[in-house]
Amino acid sequence: MELVTTILIDGLIDASWIFIVAVGLTLIFGVLNILNIAHGNFYAIGAYAAANAVGIYYSGSEAYPPMLGLVAMTVAALAVAVVLGPLLERGLLRFFYHRDEIVLVLVTYALFLILEDATKLIWGVNPYYAYEPYSLFGTVSIGKLDYVGYDFFLIGLAVVIGILLWLGLNRTRSGKVVLAVIHDREMSSAAGVNVTKIFVISFTIGVFLAALGGAFTAPKISVQPGLAVMVVLFSFAVAVIGGLGSIEGAAIASLIVGIARALAIHLAPWAELFIVYLAMALMLAVRPQGIFSPTALRKI
Amino acid sequence: MRSRFMVLVLAGVTLAILVALGEVLPSWSIFLLVTAAAKGLAALGLVLVVRSGLLSFGQGLFYCAGGYGAGLLMLWGGITDMTLLVLAGGVVALLFGLLTAPLLASYRGIFFATLTLALSMLMHGALTKADFLGGSDGLNLHSPTLFGMRPASAAEAVYMLYLFSSVLVVVVAVACRLHFDSLRGLLSLATRDNEIRVEYLGASVSRVISENFIAAAFLGGVGGALNAIAVGHIDPELAFWTTSGEFVFVAILSGYLSVGAVFASSILLELIRSFSSQYFPNAWQMSLGIFMLASILFLPNGIGGLIVRRKERDSEKDPA
Repeated sequence: MELVTTILIDGLIDASWIFIVAVGLTLIFGVLNILNIAHGNFYAIGAYAAANAVGIYYSGSEAYPPMLGLVAMTVAALAVAVVLGPLLERGLLRFFYHRDEIVLVLVTYALFLILEDATKLIWGVNPYYAYEPYSLFGTVSIGKLDYVGYDFFLIGLAVVIGILLWLGLNRTRSGKVVLAVIHDREMSSAAGVNVTKIFVISFTIGVFLAALGGAFTAPKISVQPGLAVMVVLFSFAVAVIGGLGSIEGAAIASLIVGIARALAIHLAPWAELFIVYLAMALMLAVRPQGIFSPTALRKI
Repeated sequence: MRSRFMVLVLAGVTLAILVALGEVLPSWSIFLLVTAAAKGLAALGLVLVVRSGLLSFGQGLFYCAGGYGAGLLMLWGGITDMTLLVLAGGVVALLFGLLTAPLLASYRGIFFATLTLALSMLMHGALTKADFLGGSDGLNLHSPTLFGMRPASAAEAVYMLYLFSSVLVVVVAVACRLHFDSLRGLLSLATRDNEIRVEYLGASVSRVISENFIAAAFLGGVGGALNAIAVGHIDPELAFWTTSGEFVFVAILSGYLSVGAVFASSILLELIRSFSSQYFPNAWQMSLGIFMLASILFLPNGIGGLIVRRKERDSEKDPA
């Protein structure tokens, strides 16, 4: 019983940050129809920026309230998104919209290569630590085990982000405009929607979610080169399992991936790396459109 | 389209030039050409897939299968002859291709790309945890022989490998050129243009795609085996998605029109890698990325497009 709780809690904690990152990927895919290989880089850059922000914030005066370190991390992620989002969408991606969707995959792959080294050039190859916020919420005892409170904060954050995104898309006017663009780009443009604006904003929100995921996992990990390579695969797996472009799907798929990883770590450590890709391959083989996939319209 | 005779003449001339270059070039550049040949062979396989309108992000699976196939045959079977090892690598990868092709043939676009990616990452994950295969550290191999000849020095070993890979590359290149110009090869381009039309003409699209994919697997294995012999080491990184990404880079840079361009791009990749890692060790991927963006923007048909386009223009001028 204790093992079951441990696996569930570990899985939930993993699922929380994976969801935050992957839902950004799925949003970018849904709106712009881009499978963004560089998504992991936004995560990594967010983590580095947050590590810097945390470093500056906590090395400042003792009088700063420690809780506001979380705000500093959010601001760092926001800064990454506001700089990179419009820059990359307007400065690079838009030149390829008329080409095949596979060409866009290649463009983001090139972007991945560029950002991977840019990150190393800016932050160097030595690890950064941003451990201060990790102790903000103390510890929580469940059964005989102690958990770090921060991890539960992450779960809460993921839930809030999921609900906000869902409400934003389905219950607000601008969200419905975005849904219209997802549904039919040309028609919404003809109906007076500024598709360019929707593209820039959606891409920026996608980048923000990746950077936010990176920023809030930074206290849990050592921030070093190689983060992007792994994270992008997890978000791919989640997006593919859940159905590209679906928020509900991303939520359930994050849970599947998180719990599958926790199961593997506790019961069959050799399968830890394996199991995520197995789930992804099986899902693609059985139901390539994912658990929840928006009905695909085929235009002739 | 060149005549078969011209292809053979061109192949002979290329081989003569390669052999002559082997006498002149310094040892490090010969080794660079061998690794470029290995990567080029695998990328040529990917180009076969690209010709039918698909992009595989999992060519590393076959590259790795070929490397491990050849490596294990050497370590466990005691075989050191490079011809046999390379052939065995190709066959092992071919088996993997036969297993995966039926599954993959019905996928298109990003689904094909992500499923191939997932399959190669499965291989990577499995090998990392397979301790009897060396786990994530991989295995070191012995030095290879050629038809019973054992090289006396390291320089001679590299030279032997170079001659072997020159012949291998030219043979494979001729075979691919002949295939490109054949009916089956042209059917791939037709599939790329319009699958429905191909089906209505009476050909099977899934068969075209499967055949290309299996041939790609074989070439990936041959390249992987050659690389394993040359480097003397195999590890799971060969199946990691960034390895597949290098083949994608070469295939995109070269385009799908010319065979020679594939090897030219592969050499370019190795040159960028070795020079950047010497002068700016933290920026070589960045140079690759910029190169790749530039080629997508300015050379939509790759380097090969430059050669072939010019020829088409010439043939327009001269209708005979």
